Amino acid sequence: MQSPTLLISKELPRLTYQSTPDRFDETWEAPLSTLLGLGRAAGADFIEFFLERVNYISCMAEDDAITSISPRLSTGAGVRVFRGKADCYVSTNDLSFGGLKAALEKGLSIMGLQLPAPNSYVPEINLELLRDYAVKKGKESWLADCSSMREMGDVLLAANGELATQAKFVQSRRAVYFRDWQEVLVASSDGTFARDIRLAQSVGYSLLCADGEQRSSINKRVGSTSEPGFLRTWTYAKDAEEVADSASKMLYADYVESGNYPVVMANEFGGVIFHEACGHLLETTQIERKTTPFAEKKGEKIAHENLTAWDEGMTSGVFGTIDMDDEGMPAQRTLLIENGILKNFIADRAGSVRTGNPRTGSGRRQGYTYAAASRMRNTYIAPGNYSVDELFASIEKGIYCKKMGGGSVGSTGQFNFAVDEAYLIENGKLTKPLKGATLIGEATEIMNKISMCSNDLGLAAGFCGSVSGSIYVTVGQPHIKVDSITVGGR
Amino acid sequence: MPKIDDIAASARETAQKLGIKKYDVYGSAIDETSVQVDLGEPQQMKASQRSSVTVRVWNDDNSVGVTSTTDVDPIGLELALKTAHEASFFGVKENVPEFSPEATAPTAAHSDVKTPQAPVSKLLETLVEAEKELLAAHPAIKGVPYNGLAQRDIDRFYLNSDGAVRNEGHSFASLYLYTKTEEEGRKPRSAGAFRVSHGLDELDINGCLKEAAEKTISHLNYDKIKTGKYRVVFSPEAILSLIGAFSNLFNAQSILDKQSLSTPESLGTQIASPLLSLCDDALHPQNVGAGTFDGEGTPTRRVPLITNGVLSGFLHSAGTAKRLNTQPTGHAHMGSKVTVSPHFYHIFPGESAEQEYSLDTAENVILIDDLSALHAGVQATQGSFSLPFDGWLVQNGKRTSVESATVAGDIRELLKSIIYVEKDLEFTGSGVAPRVWVDELSITGE
Repeated sequence: MQSPTLLISKELPRLTYQSTPDRFDETWEAPLSTLLGLGRAAGADFIEFFLERVNYISCMAEDDAITSISPRLSTGAGVRVFRGKADCYVSTNDLSFGGLKAALEKGLSIMGLQLPAPNSYVPEINLELLRDYAVKKGKESWLADCSSMREMGDVLLAANGELATQAKFVQSRRAVYFRDWQEVLVASSDGTFARDIRLAQSVGYSLLCADGEQRSSINKRVGSTSEPGFLRTWTYAKDAEEVADSASKMLYADYVESGNYPVVMANEFGGVIFHEACGHLLETTQIERKTTPFAEKKGEKIAHENLTAWDEGMTSGVFGTIDMDDEGMPAQRTLLIENGILKNFIADRAGSVRTGNPRTGSGRRQGYTYAAASRMRNTYIAPGNYSVDELFASIEKGIYCKKMGGGSVGSTGQFNFAVDEAYLIENGKLTKPLKGATLIGEATEIMNKISMCSNDLGLAAGFCGSVSGSIYVTVGQPHIKVDSITVGGR
Repeated sequence: MPKIDDIAASARETAQKLGIKKYDVYGSAIDETSVQVDLGEPQQMKASQRSSVTVRVWNDDNSVGVTSTTDVDPIGLELALKTAHEASFFGVKENVPEFSPEATAPTAAHSDVKTPQAPVSKLLETLVEAEKELLAAHPAIKGVPYNGLAQRDIDRFYLNSDGAVRNEGHSFASLYLYTKTEEEGRKPRSAGAFRVSHGLDELDINGCLKEAAEKTISHLNYDKIKTGKYRVVFSPEAILSLIGAFSNLFNAQSILDKQSLSTPESLGTQIASPLLSLCDDALHPQNVGAGTFDGEGTPTRRVPLITNGVLSGFLHSAGTAKRLNTQPTGHAHMGSKVTVSPHFYHIFPGESAEQEYSLDTAENVILIDDLSALHAGVQATQGSFSLPFDGWLVQNGKRTSVESATVAGDIRELLKSIIYVEKDLEFTGSGVAPRVWVDELSITGE
């Protein structure tokens, strides 16, 4: 005998849901629990829906004019279907019940499954009470509290004017800003039902100086999450002074002479070395692909005993901070390396299923067109016991990498990154500026050469591109000494 | 998913309803499927259907505002048009973008025939077989960690309030295979190959397999290289990626923004060896993703950029062309600030070389197959680069893989130091080029 409380699949076309169109609230529970049940009834082992709404704007001042102000509005959803350890991901712009059901149906068919027959029962999934970080943490007003278009323009023009007064031999100067407001909802067949609002903002300078054939270009960005008033509090005069000073020093710098050197890497964005040389290789995505030399090294020494490193999503306001990841899991603080010993990997759901490592709240993605993957958040080397002076004093001839550019790591563990501002160290002192340096090395070798960490941990905002798109992260470290590294130059 | 015609009609209707007199819209819709495998098993399969539009709105003071949205239903379009109208009051006051004077000019003939997408099971079967064959190519190849087979349909359109309407669609399929080796006492090595075509049936899977296998095997015998100055030969892929990284040389918007190594006066000057010629050719028959119009509706075309070493053209939007008193070239992307970028580079020999070179007889030459980390190692506005590469040291035809090294130099010096442009052209996906020989560059090894 059929129970009147159970949904039968042939009734689906007659169902009407009144989900709030411009807010992911409790009204989305009914359609999503039905769809999740439908997916499970079809034979999927796990189903997850990710809904996203984005309100993004960027603004740019060039010299003394606002030359670009670009809003972008986006909504979409992705459904992930697991069958065993294999999965598929289908994304769509259509957030209607029919649109989400079509995406689910496509995902099921890719996995060799099909929707239940017309007279089948659909066991709707019992979702948890909406875990709403936006409400709990007072984020609903964030978008309205951010700077208006007029204010963006005013701040950037004032900032670019300040740069004009500070810099010499200016060829072009830009001040750029963006605000990325994102509302997300995650519902999955294990009962997860969670909503969050994120707010990332970044502002900075791009300065190009030229004197005849001599050129220098310096970029600086700062970033923040969870601070609607961020742009209003930007200390642009300080940043303008720093950018102008760096550009001036690098304008007449000599090209670095290639070779192997001991190097001191500055704190803050210097942390990109750990991000590239080690952080990526601790993501379970890399274990799945067998592209990390650290896959079997948990509990073993992989770095110098003076090195401890963290990846976490909890430091207030910084660029990689999240209350929950894109799979609905609360953020965590993950100890990666303690005194040189590998303690944990960075894991998302798929990585956990495929490698057996526990999830760490690290399932992240650029947006709804990407399936979540194991990604870093705020990743940094912990401070050590040395002073910065002691690091320099230990070097007879080497390179000080004051400002790092971007970098990457390859499938064999080889990494590289550019140095935007460097100085020659001679007998413990900085003697002359250098340009054109690229640092290259192998992760397994370099981690054992980070022999000294100073006590001045600093964090910096960064952008990380990988399998699940470009995401906001923090890199960081104190000043560190690398005993020897290959410096590519001329 | 809404059809392009429906999106266009809805945009037009909404603009009229809001009283917006002058506007234009660029939009696209994408339907794609891709698969990855791992040791014979499906790894991840993806499918996506999505649309997006960018709207530009001119207010009564002729300032322009822009908004893009993926919400292409009438409500989403209305919000986008309203937001663009709001933004227009903060738009530029000088050099305000206008409709392209060529937005209604005839475009090149376009075959709007799409290849039907293959079922996912067929993609998986094809990729599993390719992976299997690659793993069997050499005992050292233990995995193909980066692999993917994808197919994509793209429809796009442009319309404006003066009556211009264009739309077209095309489809393509692509395959990449990147191996990883493991040998006792040896460092892991990696190499790969990429192919793209109009559809799965045309895809050169065997060629991709063969290239990935041959390259991987050629990197098994590796050695360190001494730091120094070397004669360098760039593969077609490497020279195209390097030229691409310094596209500001030809980019009229970058030139006007003083973000380029060129100035308007550079046109007609010798910037490279007379042996080199370069065009950007969206309509090249081998350009699988060829579009016949740009983001402003301007028809695309072949544009000579370097002719026998002389800088002979720039890439333009409607706005840059107007400011530099020339014609647009079909390279614009619609935005609050219109940007310009190349479509498909075609490098070929310029003047005849007095001396020809061959890798079969060359001594102590570095053959660079692939450059990495261009996003980090290129200082585009300074002209300098310092880049890791995959390649070989070539001695009388014998190739020894270079273990780990960088190549550094200045693009302006490099272009003038070209000593030979080979005749055989190779299609790489992003362009067509031969191997290019450069007299001397700095290599950092050990």
